[in-house]
Amino acid sequence: MLTFTLRRLLLAIPTLLAISLVIFLLVDLAPGSPMSEIPLTVPPDVRQRMIEAMGADQPVFVRYVLWLRQFFWVEPAQVINHWFGTDFAAGEQRILSWQSRSPVFTVIGQRLPQTLTVIGTAYLVGILIALPIGIYSAYRQYSVFDQLGTLFAMIGFSVPTFFSGTLFIIIFAVWLGWFPTKYDTMMEVTDWESFLKQLRQMALPVLTLGLANAATISRYMRSSMLENMVQDYVRTARAKGMREKTVVLKHVLRNSLIPVVTVIALGIPSIFGGAIITENLFGVNGIGAALILAIHASDLPMVQTLAFIFAVLIVVFNLIADILYGLLDPRIRYD
Amino acid sequence: MTDTKSSALDKPESQLRAIWSQFRSHKGALFGLAVLTLLVAFVVLGPLLWQPPKLTVVEAIKSKNLGPSLKFPLGTDQIGRDMLSRMILAGKVSLAVGFVAMAIAIFFGTFIGVLAGYFKRLDGPLMRLTDMFLALPLIPLLLVMVMLFRDKVAALIGPELGAFTLIVFAIGITSWMQAARIVRGEVLALKEREYVLAARSIGTPPRRVILRHILPNIVSPIMVAATLGIAEAIITESVLSFLGLGFPPDFPTWGRLLFDGLQYMQLYPERVIWPGLAISLTVLAVNYIGDGLRDALDPRVRGR
Amino acid sequence: MRLKTALLGAAASMVLAGAAFADRGTDGELKLTFPQAVSIMNPYLSGGTKDIWASSMVVEPMAGIDPQGNLIPKLAVEIPTLENGGISADMTSITWKLKPGLLWSDGTPVTADDAVFTAAYCMDPAGGCSQATKYEGVKSVEAVDASTVKVTFEAPKPNPYTAFVGALSPILQKKQFEACTGAAAPTCTDANNMPIGTGPFMVTAMTINDTVALAANPNYRDAALPAFATAVIKGGGDAEGSARAVMETGEFDYAWNTQIPPDSQAAMTAAGKGQFVVAFGTLVERLEMNTTDPSPDLPEGERSTAKHPHPILSDIKVRTALSKAIDRSILVEVGYGAGGKPTCNVIPGPDAWASDNTGCIAQDMEGAKALLDEAGWKDSDGDGIRDKDGKKLHILYQTTVNPIRQDFQALIKDWWTELGVEVELKAIDPGVFFGGDPGSPDTFQKFYADVEMYANNSDTPDPEVYLGQYQCKNAPTPESQWQGENINRFCDPAYDAMIAELAGTTDIAKRQELAKKLNDMVTKDSMIVVPLVHRGTLSAHSNTLGGVVMNAWDTELWNIADWYRVK
Repeated sequence: MLTFTLRRLLLAIPTLLAISLVIFLLVDLAPGSPMSEIPLTVPPDVRQRMIEAMGADQPVFVRYVLWLRQFFWVEPAQVINHWFGTDFAAGEQRILSWQSRSPVFTVIGQRLPQTLTVIGTAYLVGILIALPIGIYSAYRQYSVFDQLGTLFAMIGFSVPTFFSGTLFIIIFAVWLGWFPTKYDTMMEVTDWESFLKQLRQMALPVLTLGLANAATISRYMRSSMLENMVQDYVRTARAKGMREKTVVLKHVLRNSLIPVVTVIALGIPSIFGGAIITENLFGVNGIGAALILAIHASDLPMVQTLAFIFAVLIVVFNLIADILYGLLDPRIRYD
Repeated sequence: MTDTKSSALDKPESQLRAIWSQFRSHKGALFGLAVLTLLVAFVVLGPLLWQPPKLTVVEAIKSKNLGPSLKFPLGTDQIGRDMLSRMILAGKVSLAVGFVAMAIAIFFGTFIGVLAGYFKRLDGPLMRLTDMFLALPLIPLLLVMVMLFRDKVAALIGPELGAFTLIVFAIGITSWMQAARIVRGEVLALKEREYVLAARSIGTPPRRVILRHILPNIVSPIMVAATLGIAEAIITESVLSFLGLGFPPDFPTWGRLLFDGLQYMQLYPERVIWPGLAISLTVLAVNYIGDGLRDALDPRVRGR
Repeated sequence: MRLKTALLGAAASMVLAGAAFADRGTDGELKLTFPQAVSIMNPYLSGGTKDIWASSMVVEPMAGIDPQGNLIPKLAVEIPTLENGGISADMTSITWKLKPGLLWSDGTPVTADDAVFTAAYCMDPAGGCSQATKYEGVKSVEAVDASTVKVTFEAPKPNPYTAFVGALSPILQKKQFEACTGAAAPTCTDANNMPIGTGPFMVTAMTINDTVALAANPNYRDAALPAFATAVIKGGGDAEGSARAVMETGEFDYAWNTQIPPDSQAAMTAAGKGQFVVAFGTLVERLEMNTTDPSPDLPEGERSTAKHPHPILSDIKVRTALSKAIDRSILVEVGYGAGGKPTCNVIPGPDAWASDNTGCIAQDMEGAKALLDEAGWKDSDGDGIRDKDGKKLHILYQTTVNPIRQDFQALIKDWWTELGVEVELKAIDPGVFFGGDPGSPDTFQKFYADVEMYANNSDTPDPEVYLGQYQCKNAPTPESQWQGENINRFCDPAYDAMIAELAGTTDIAKRQELAKKLNDMVTKDSMIVVPLVHRGTLSAHSNTLGGVVMNAWDTELWNIADWYRVK
């Protein structure tokens, strides 16, 4: 298992480099320019000078190599400088966003906390709702509970978040006035009161996303449980006179978790990626909102950096999912 | 049950018939099939049965934002267009996009997932490819695809069919990864099961092992992925339209109607209810059909 | 002692201003929300209106513009004119005098050096200054003494109120930005995000593309202002959400740019928590006619260029017919409600500059049909679509993705179909459409369509620069990498000559007359530009917020120092 992990990690390096190049070319090739949000009143020659000042007129490979150098040398050097007070890579330009002219990592640093709290909580809530629903629905297939669960899941994923989010705003914020519609990113939790305030402002985005997540995961959980309920080993276990609870929760559940673990593990990078629509709707302004904003403004350094970090997370979590397979099902061998 | 008795006496039923009879016994599946048939009939026969009243622009503007009535069974939109005929037109596109795009995504996903799970040598490269597609930012990818291919495809098969092909393909190509990962996981586990080992040990060629022993056993996660896929394809199409990458703007789809209705949700809730209901019904129907199919295709369940 | 001075100052300003209801910082927090979040607080490095409006709370120019379009002094003692000698008789220089005792928010004095530095900062070609046009034609900027700045132009300048006028051209602090000139400009993140200014507020914290937190500037020149102690600008979401946060949930006091459907406007107003306010500048939603052939059959590089005149739209009768078939008041009713007015002019305001052309307001479908018949476009095969010489009257009509524009497209398509024109619609992502990427076929400059619709405006009340766009030399071509503002490829030597005349005219009445003529030349005389709707900018404010006066000629927050809480 250890050699397998190491080998995969080593293999990940060329993979990620290839991915980074593909992303870079893709974003560069996409139509649109960093000047798209500049008012039409700004004449072409001024636009040209602005593009030159950004370095956006350089050939694509020059920019790619510069980005690689900034990402793998200048930015880590900044971190080391920050921790140890050293002076590496002094005076070298960090990765600057074309849109806000600030270092991309400053923006990420400002945005990561709210993304992790809101989207992460929503994910956790989603899993906590989904697993029991999925397990019980499968155990009592076609019962009233199962039918309700199915209905809930269907609505959950056939209704897009831009719709459910707006609906929640109208019901809970406009009519009932319980929760705010705009997330205050500058609020700090210092005492009980601010904690409650934080909970209130998290309520709507977490509800919107949590339901969508729960819908998907509960379907996978249910179908996987159903698959395993009819296996021979379950019959054997029952025949041996094991308690029903043990059979379901120990034998069936463990074997049913494989596809569910894939789904959950694959979903985790998307927590860091944020939820574009929900973040935008509630003004959570996390990583997802940053990415979509950067894409619309053709802010190449920002898109590239975010997409690349996202790629790293995906590769890492796929590896984790693979390792978990091995733990959950000892028959799967990787060597 | 009487069924078991008679089948024990008669000649063994053909496999297809057995599947159908099992499918028929599944109430939900029948319900799903009925709903889906109705929806398809609605969009296919709708234009023949329902002719919206012809209005000039001025008349249309006077009758904008109406609720349901005899003249306009589903009401009118903000510039006085009949919602029923728009729903019919939209449904045709949305259903077609949903099913075809889902089929493409599931085909790719299953194909790549099975290959990666079954053949050790292919696992690495294919999964890295999957990683790459997962990591690519969707919107620039779509923008690039549309920019590169729209005019060429349109020149080849006409603008509307061209847009359809491109959209379906774009959605398919960007949503197979989830299915591939799940299928691969299942195949990895199945590969080590005794019956597969047995089949392999007697020299069954991989193609037969996959088709006879592996595929039938991974139907259920594929079905779930397919159900999710349809809903996602319909919604993704609306995102594409929103980015100006989808159909021409005078071409309604359920996703776009839903999106457009959003800003009128508070004043005229029916504007979002109709398309929302249509999408939900489609997904619900497909899900129940999937449930029924899964039971019907699983010999162990069928035998019960 | 300090308190006493403050009180005295407050009393004095009460008398002077009359509108000041409270002392500085007594009204708590002012909450603003923008649908687009603020990216940077330095207007010289930003292009987005959102950034410029936000930064106008912090940094100020010599003079601003009031809602009527008149100049008002901000940092300057008075507006320099020919009469008071502030503008030299030959119109080659303008001299600004700073108000006495001005302090930056860090307590240091504002001097002429700061203004000189600001001009140098923006005129540095390596800096990529987005407001460079404000300093165009400037030969030198020098400090006559500590509080006097003289701007000298290369040639007589009839409109010298460009540099240091309006929110686009404020004065930066030399001390803060000294190390940030040229190529180093974008690297000064702290300075760009938290500029030291003279405005009523100063930045206390900023998260990029999200929130700006501000506090009252302790050194603001009016000791009683602003009434609010702190302010916050929250960005993100959409127009709908911003409007809702002010009008329905009451979470915010002010929302900028809340363009939502007229029905929703009415419903939100009925909630009784706030009101919509609108200001009309020069923003005009228009159809632009392509005078060149965009046919995909032409080789790349000749498509939409002057080499091939448009096979259909080159005929003025067709263009006129297309305009006549449109009922502009229906468009306004559907799309903008109180936020729009039908118009036939490219320059719809200020009133003194606007032509009296209203010939297009009344729809004339029969007249339009007659014109097409006259032009030889007749429906010879009875399929409902006119044709001529075996060619169908087919028009590709493109615009950006935007719900209102799609409604307009649908309506106009209906009218044109009634006219016997076959219309193909296309909607393009605004980022691509306005992006100007020469590699993309979908930019508005490339104009690979017959008709396109978007909105444009002049950023100053004086439209000289804006009208200059339609000169022959400004046509986008493959040679110019498809850059250029004359997107119709309109080319009329008489127009170019009149633009040159306008540039040399100093008499204001004469300038206005020329501007009207130029406006008519591109609109009613040639039907190259078909204006549809004069659009206002719609904002929303809470009923508890007082002092808001909309301004279309400068930043909407131009008088934010005078805003107060209604009690």
